[in-house]
Amino acid sequence: MARPRLQKEAREHHLETDKMFAENSVGLVQTKTFHFAEDEPFLLESGESLQPVTIAYETYGQLNDERSNAILVLHALSGGGHAAGYHDAQEQKPGWWDTCIGPGKAFDTNRFFVICSNVLGSCYGSSGPMSINPQTNEPYGLNFPLVTIGDMVRAQVKLIDHLEIDQLLCVAGGSMGGMQALEWAAHYPDRVKAAIPLATTARHSPMLIAFSEVGRQAIYADPAWNNGAYYDQDSKPDAGLAVARMVGHITYLSEEAMHQKFGRRLQNIEKYGYEFETEFAIESYLKYNGNNFTRRFDANSYLYVTKALDYFDLSSETGSLAAAFANSTEVKYLVVSFTSDWLYPSYHSKELVSALTAAGADVTYLDIQSTWGHDAFLLEVDTMTNLMSSFLERLVHEEAINLPSHSSSEPAPVTP
Amino acid sequence: MNQELIPTTEELRPDLLAIAEMLPDQARVLDLGCGDGALLAYLKQSKQIIGRGIEISEEGVLACVRRGLSVRQGNLQEGLADYPDKSFDVVILSQTLRYLNDPQMIVGEMLRVGHFAIVSFSNWGYWRSRLTLLLSGRIPEAPDHDQPWDEPPRWQAFTVTDFIDFCHKNGFVIRNQVFISGNRRGNFLNNLMSKSAIFELEKA
Repeated sequence: MARPRLQKEAREHHLETDKMFAENSVGLVQTKTFHFAEDEPFLLESGESLQPVTIAYETYGQLNDERSNAILVLHALSGGGHAAGYHDAQEQKPGWWDTCIGPGKAFDTNRFFVICSNVLGSCYGSSGPMSINPQTNEPYGLNFPLVTIGDMVRAQVKLIDHLEIDQLLCVAGGSMGGMQALEWAAHYPDRVKAAIPLATTARHSPMLIAFSEVGRQAIYADPAWNNGAYYDQDSKPDAGLAVARMVGHITYLSEEAMHQKFGRRLQNIEKYGYEFETEFAIESYLKYNGNNFTRRFDANSYLYVTKALDYFDLSSETGSLAAAFANSTEVKYLVVSFTSDWLYPSYHSKELVSALTAAGADVTYLDIQSTWGHDAFLLEVDTMTNLMSSFLERLVHEEAINLPSHSSSEPAPVTP
Repeated sequence: MNQELIPTTEELRPDLLAIAEMLPDQARVLDLGCGDGALLAYLKQSKQIIGRGIEISEEGVLACVRRGLSVRQGNLQEGLADYPDKSFDVVILSQTLRYLNDPQMIVGEMLRVGHFAIVSFSNWGYWRSRLTLLLSGRIPEAPDHDQPWDEPPRWQAFTVTDFIDFCHKNGFVIRNQVFISGNRRGNFLNNLMSKSAIFELEKA
């Protein structure tokens, strides 16, 4: 088999570029693409359809012989399929959940086969408004159909089918990733043994819809947006997207975290300038992150993905949350919220836990003390590692999951 | 699961061991205020029970998850509303009743959710507790637990006789009782001689 050789080459490549990855890093990784719905259209909840569909994804670690050690991690609003490791030695930051994916980490790649795919409607390689519409040979723009969390998950089901995995050991994610985890558990209970929804909700609240709408309005109001047809133009709706991101960033923090991080500190000046310039450190932070975001995210995708969030309500079909999980009581749940998260406040998770309990499911729940606000699910690494690795250890034990036969402490190979 | 995290029969607190002995194999057990999960972990190993816990502290929940248990952070004062009727064989409340504001509510809830309830508690009727109050004029700490009266969480002292009266008043039928003094169990002048007691209750 070519695996060990590829691995060796990848390792030699590290040496050549003088960049050594940490021992618990998955090292160099590549994004792969999966195409489906080439012959038959992929039907969406809206009644529209897509044809064909592309899903960009990465995998880390190896499948065991029974193909029973796969974990699907699910990204949030602005994430992508690049969840761990580095695309090349020059990449500054590793994948978005690198703190939890790797040899010896919570999602231990020596034991588990970890998959992460970019959601439908996003802009990191999966089909979205930026993709080429085969009918016109131009980017879809607003001709891309509206998608839902349910559609995103059905596309992931296709990917899991393609990888020939009957049942995932676990689905895990925070925020929008948590919604996908809940969607998996509620609608595909025979395809998952466990779900880890973090800092999330089973029903997008009016306040969340309101914040989404402010972000969208900022984009609509940017003349460069041009009703979504800006891909062939000189300017993109960066100003609008930056404002949307700034609003988002405020909601990801807590007042306490802002006090700790920035206080009322001024940025690069000694005293107030009494002018309409960036003066406070918090302003500078928001501006920097807003601008940065425009270099890595597509404004139309922001519209589509926030819409998908707003449509999310697991109880809409059944009338109650407990009924939504009535057939999902074999799934084991680890639900986590964070005390200072006001975007997805703890009581959303508690409501979910109540519904799961009423349905008779096996649910573990913790509201972690944290000052980091919504971002805590990515920042409280020690507690999260503790919780998730113990929970996964229990699954391995209870479900009698074998290690992959090629398991080693070496970095995972580039290809699965 | 990591075997080091499962207490042995010798390591388990004597009152918890006595509770364990009351349970049938493979019972569905809900442990209220399960702490670090020692009892549930022991029961899972020795009696193959299906266990769930409720614990208020983050530290306790983390310890339980490390032991591979299914535990939910929650406040017992809020009751057990989410749990369907008779969804457990046994609901356990060990050494926690003295901290709860509404004993009638919680024991009533235990008997709604479970077929049986097991309540263990410290007995302030113990002779040494009586003597402490009499001779020193100070409220004694629980005979089997050091916690001064002014240290949170607040507790309410009560005795075996108080608990029996409470059961009669509320129609809770006493099926079984075990009295513990140190590592010994006895059945002689129980309210005077035992440091703690374990009652198994059912609905009238």
